[in-house]
Amino acid sequence: MATTLTPPPVVEGEQHARPQPYRGGGGFPPPARPRDGGGDGAGGPDPAAQAVFRYKLGAWVGIAGIVMIFAAFTSAMIVRSGLSGDWVGVDLPQILWLSTALLLTSSFTIEKAKRLLRTSAREGVRLWLTATLGLGALFIVSQWLGWQALAQRGIYLASNPGSSFFYLLTATHAVHILGGMLALCYAVIRVWQPGVWVTRQAAVEATAIYWHFMDGLWVYLLLLLMFWR
Amino acid sequence: MTEVAEYVEVHRHPEPKSFISKWIFSVDHKVIGIQYILLAIVSVFIGMGLSLLVRLRLVWPEKSFAFLGDWFPIGAPDGVMTPEFYLAMLTMHGTVMVFMVLTTAPQGGFGNYILPIQIGAADMAFPRLNMLSFWTTFLSFCALMMAFLVEGGAPISGWTAYPPLSALNAAAMEGTGQDWWIISIALFCIASLLGALNFIVTTLELRAKGLTMMRLPLTVWTWFVTAILGLLAFGVLLAAGVLLLLDRNLGTSFFIPGGLVVNDQLVNHSGGSPILWQHLFWFFGHPEVYIAILPGMGVTSHILSTFARKTVFGYKAMVYAVLAIGGLGFVVWGHHMFMSGMSPYSAFVFSVLTMCIGVPSAIKTFNWIGTLWGGKIRFTTPMLYAIGFVSLFVTGGISGIFLGQPTVDLFFHDTYFVVAHFHLIMGVAAIFGMFSGLTFWFPKMFGRFMSEGMGKVHFWLTFIGVYAIFGPMHYLGMIPHPRRYAEMTGVDFLAAGGAYEIQHFITIAAMITITVQFLFLFNVLWSLFKGKVCTEDNPWEATTLEWAIPSPPPHDNFAGKIPTVYRGAYDFSLPNAKRDFAMQCNSDEMVFPRSSGD
Repeated sequence: MATTLTPPPVVEGEQHARPQPYRGGGGFPPPARPRDGGGDGAGGPDPAAQAVFRYKLGAWVGIAGIVMIFAAFTSAMIVRSGLSGDWVGVDLPQILWLSTALLLTSSFTIEKAKRLLRTSAREGVRLWLTATLGLGALFIVSQWLGWQALAQRGIYLASNPGSSFFYLLTATHAVHILGGMLALCYAVIRVWQPGVWVTRQAAVEATAIYWHFMDGLWVYLLLLLMFWR
Repeated sequence: MTEVAEYVEVHRHPEPKSFISKWIFSVDHKVIGIQYILLAIVSVFIGMGLSLLVRLRLVWPEKSFAFLGDWFPIGAPDGVMTPEFYLAMLTMHGTVMVFMVLTTAPQGGFGNYILPIQIGAADMAFPRLNMLSFWTTFLSFCALMMAFLVEGGAPISGWTAYPPLSALNAAAMEGTGQDWWIISIALFCIASLLGALNFIVTTLELRAKGLTMMRLPLTVWTWFVTAILGLLAFGVLLAAGVLLLLDRNLGTSFFIPGGLVVNDQLVNHSGGSPILWQHLFWFFGHPEVYIAILPGMGVTSHILSTFARKTVFGYKAMVYAVLAIGGLGFVVWGHHMFMSGMSPYSAFVFSVLTMCIGVPSAIKTFNWIGTLWGGKIRFTTPMLYAIGFVSLFVTGGISGIFLGQPTVDLFFHDTYFVVAHFHLIMGVAAIFGMFSGLTFWFPKMFGRFMSEGMGKVHFWLTFIGVYAIFGPMHYLGMIPHPRRYAEMTGVDFLAAGGAYEIQHFITIAAMITITVQFLFLFNVLWSLFKGKVCTEDNPWEATTLEWAIPSPPPHDNFAGKIPTVYRGAYDFSLPNAKRDFAMQCNSDEMVFPRSSGD
């Protein structure tokens, strides 16, 4: 109907009522038509797929927030290590390599679960999710043993700034792993019972993103603690 | 709903039946929004009461107030406030106001209630997370109030909690007030992070069909950018809070330097840096200023346009200005620390970046005035508050240009000039944004109008009152009268500058202005039950989606039928429209669409 549109009359005394040339070309704007917005529940083609995407986006946004927490700790660590000359680096306990191996393996197990769910093989999904959960728990135990090993060497939280940051970073990461394990428990339950609020795919996919991030974050922290001494 | 031409059917959630699931642990964004607003109203009156005590102590340091002796036998023995009590009230005033008022109501309150409706969603993206955010905020509020009750009383280190004062547990501060403060702030950070996550995903994912980003109401834009700021800023404060808590309780030395002697005792810490706290705190603290003020900017843009009956002047410029303010907000934190021994080169960089914020701020102000220019202005109460916002924003912003220059800041640092600056721009302007928003959306929320008569009286008295309080403080800062001191009696240069008389005047102005706020509270309560009933969906003849549904909105907002959006958010004064505006869901092609986004 654009061609039949007549330009609106200029209303006297109202400068803003003058028609503006359409951006990017002469003439007048085409008729208003609905465009796709962000488009979720409100009418995307597939509400279930939209819900999955929403939860995945939520995981990514949450990761951005967590990154800022660890960025703050990292910058504080770098600044503090350059002050006062009282910095003593921590020799990492050997068991941290076991922790690393456990967590890296768990990334593979959760990825396996996610891919099985996409082909809707329910039994396998439950198995691989539970395996991930178990590996997460073992990781926490392994970290605990690492703290024990340090304590036996007489290195505690307040011993020196280096050890303070070691305990701080590893413990904050462990708290986030525990949060991920809660999400895993939820996902395991969801795989048994389809939920009204969250589809099982949304639960598993979002948890997988978070879990992979925790894995990557751990590798980053390990390298930081190894090399910034 | 006459103008809605096309719907999309969506799945509906069952309406909660019991009182607890409907009003207490509700997952409905509208109820949660009202819960946030209630929390902010309770907090703002606590905060005002604390500021009154601060003002009384400043002007009558030795005077005995009998009621204080009864309430605070330790802080005010025989009714005379001790200096520590003054500092505690000052600290808690700042903390309550910044966190529990300025951060909760504009974003958690109005954003929660209005944003999902304005984008055509049935609720937030994660309703249960939303509930968790509010109740974590409430826990944070309780923890903060605990600081008043524990032995040793509330913390005295200011809302910025600068170490070493805030970090020393045994020596300077005997009690656990500061610990409760940190716990409260940590909980608040977690709640705000969850809330920010929800806002971002909601805005990106739940917009109705046709509602492109450049068709969003400016309110939604500011809530969205505020959420991004919150997401990136609160994590840093959380991290800093954890470090401070460890310093206080577990013997670490992140912030406490060595060789400190407090109360004749050598403090058993070494090697930390108080400046490190300042960097972490202000990396959060400066974006926090915009977290408080940006929603007010959005509400102001929205309401100025609605009541000037004109489209927002320079919609895209407004959007980019908000993004620029948000982005620059992360790289100017150093201007709070010019006096911390910072390298002059760093100070120069921070100063130049700070000046840059003047550009998008000026764009916004120019566009607000451009929106008003030549409009058929309807002077309703919300419009008055919105115009008041512009005035306060300009007044408070100009002094920021002074303070952003290191050489000028050398003189003004920690004087009343700073107090005047941040109260006008961050405190009062943001509060005017809330006044404006509440009076504007009240008929939508509760189906009744707030009293215009009471509203106008309240506006004028408050508007004059805040200028009477904070205007003279600029002059006090030039004398220069330092801030934060409990008592400044018998100082020659202050007497010569007339500071004591001015302080008296300010205290009396504050008492009157605080009293006037009860009129607003009365107006809210009276209007809830006796206000003029709003029978229309769209009493203000506004354009955005919240006005396309009944007042108050039904459960699920659009009752399962989401309208399709055809045009930008501010189509006013359309020459060939039946009325002088077209709602966003108006699909009439003959109504010439001129507005933003197309």
